[in-house]
Amino acid sequence: MSVAANPSSHILSGIGRPRARITRRFFETMLGGTLALSASISVVTTFAIILILAQETWVFFQSPEVSLSEFFFTKTWAPLLGHEKHFGVWPLVAGTMWVAGVAALVAIPLGLVVAIYLSEYAPRRVRAVLKPMLEVLAGVPTVVYGFFALTAITPTLQRLIPGVESYNALSAGLAVGIMCIPIVCSLSEDALQAVPRSLREGAYAVGSTRFDVSVKVVLPAALSGVVASFLLAIARAVGETMIVALAAGGMAQLTMDPRQSVQTITGYMVQIYLGDTAGLGVEHSSTYAVAMVLFAMTLALTLLGHFILVRFREVYE
Amino acid sequence: MNRLTYAVAAVTLLGGAAIAQNTRLTGNVKIDGSSTVFPITEAVAEEFKKEAPRVNVTVGISGTGGGFKRFGVGETDLSNASRPIKKTEHDACVSNRIEYIEIPVAFDGLSIVVHPKNTWCSTITLDEIKKIFTDGSTVTKWSDVRPEWPARPIKIYAPGTDSGTFDYFKEVVVGDKGAVRADMQVSEDDNVLVRGVTGDEGAIGFFGCAYYFENQSKLKVLKVDAGKGGVEPTPETIENGTYAPFSRPLFIYVNKKSAARPEVKGFVEFYLKHAAELAAEVGYVALPSEIYARASANFKAGKTGTQYMDEKGEKISGPVTKVYK
Repeated sequence: MSVAANPSSHILSGIGRPRARITRRFFETMLGGTLALSASISVVTTFAIILILAQETWVFFQSPEVSLSEFFFTKTWAPLLGHEKHFGVWPLVAGTMWVAGVAALVAIPLGLVVAIYLSEYAPRRVRAVLKPMLEVLAGVPTVVYGFFALTAITPTLQRLIPGVESYNALSAGLAVGIMCIPIVCSLSEDALQAVPRSLREGAYAVGSTRFDVSVKVVLPAALSGVVASFLLAIARAVGETMIVALAAGGMAQLTMDPRQSVQTITGYMVQIYLGDTAGLGVEHSSTYAVAMVLFAMTLALTLLGHFILVRFREVYE
Repeated sequence: MNRLTYAVAAVTLLGGAAIAQNTRLTGNVKIDGSSTVFPITEAVAEEFKKEAPRVNVTVGISGTGGGFKRFGVGETDLSNASRPIKKTEHDACVSNRIEYIEIPVAFDGLSIVVHPKNTWCSTITLDEIKKIFTDGSTVTKWSDVRPEWPARPIKIYAPGTDSGTFDYFKEVVVGDKGAVRADMQVSEDDNVLVRGVTGDEGAIGFFGCAYYFENQSKLKVLKVDAGKGGVEPTPETIENGTYAPFSRPLFIYVNKKSAARPEVKGFVEFYLKHAAELAAEVGYVALPSEIYARASANFKAGKTGTQYMDEKGEKISGPVTKVYK
């Protein structure tokens, strides 16, 4: 070490300690990079999924046994049995809609009522108990809901309604609906809570009852968030797999009767992969084609939810 | 409980000599395949675990076809099969240089079952079964099968297309080139089918007899009339062949390379020694003892390939006592 270098380093270190600054800048850059990388993982994964779906869907439609028009304009789905394979996607879409529809009928009203209660009516103490309990409901593994549907809901339905089959759309839909309540409730409640206090106070000031305040003032003000929560819950119901695989049945059919069994898109995929680990052939690639349809459905719902959230948001200062 | 006691007793009596050498075994034995053979293999695995606690035996239920797909790429050591290996599956093994040893382990009957409250039907003819299950069938109500039966909707529960049970049923009912109707509830899991039939008074279903024997109180089994009067599936009628055409042998296929590993060898030897008792306990029918002796000899000699196919790849069929040498 030379003597001449000493004073300069001494001066510099007096000003800002160069080593530390360099290290700090290095760490800042590293940290920023790491965070950006983590964030990009989900984006990259999403695109990778879309790419693979598109690729395998392409393979599916290339095979001589199927055509685009058969897929969208015929109504028999029978890829495994019978003399000829049939690939009309509508029975699977209808099954999915049945389950998601029943689920929506359960989850939306119940979830919304609970959200209004929690946000506007519930005393602090009740809220402190109820909210964690709902979160527990959200944490129950879906396979448990599936067994619940199979061993509790279906037998009860069979006792109450004649003609309910062992596997049916109604039972699966009810279980999926119960599963979706916390989604509707939690997101709606957040939206209701975000409505400023001044609005409520103003309404009370002109003589509104609590019911008026909740339903005529707070709910309309939070509408965009509430509707978005509905759509997210439906998107979740559309993609639910385990419950329908257990309780909805294994026969794809176009039916107007929810007492009968249906097969959803996810249910079909489970059926193929359960028996078929090293899958090849058109049955295997058909799972990607139906997955693409499912992806389009959930994407549309999510985008619609986002659009509503942005377009109809009421902003309060 | 009783079953377990018998099993333990049987194992202690017969397996006493082997215990000493098996306790030292370690490793994994990976098994997949037929859900029909599963109960036997699972019972054997449980008993084997007592002798060789450090060997980890995993048994999957992908169906016979699903099991062979994994077996043919060397993912599994043993494959459970409720029918002999097919030519395509054999070719897959050959192209991946997998040699296998074929071992029949038990007889199974295929039971055709209905809901216990089904009062109208107790015997069904083979022709009626064909009428119900063939592709293009117009049968939607019980009265479509036999006019005096009620006009109640008929709901069909069937094993999945990857199961050997399905293949076997298909071969008997519609033949190799025929097709089974598409509008049925299908599942690879026989318990799903049992639940389906028990929950629906108009239901009909079929699966391996063991699942019927296990659930006798919840199901009603049909006598099958193949021209000589109705026969009910019982251990006796299955073994002596009067329950025709719905009785068949079950197999395990052993990867020869895996069989060189002591834990796999130990397991298969244990299997052969106890297959007869354990098969009976879980609701199947033991094969004649000469078949087990032949299988043991074949395993010891490392005789590979299937005996259900000739050199040209043509299928050989017939009773196991004639075909299996």
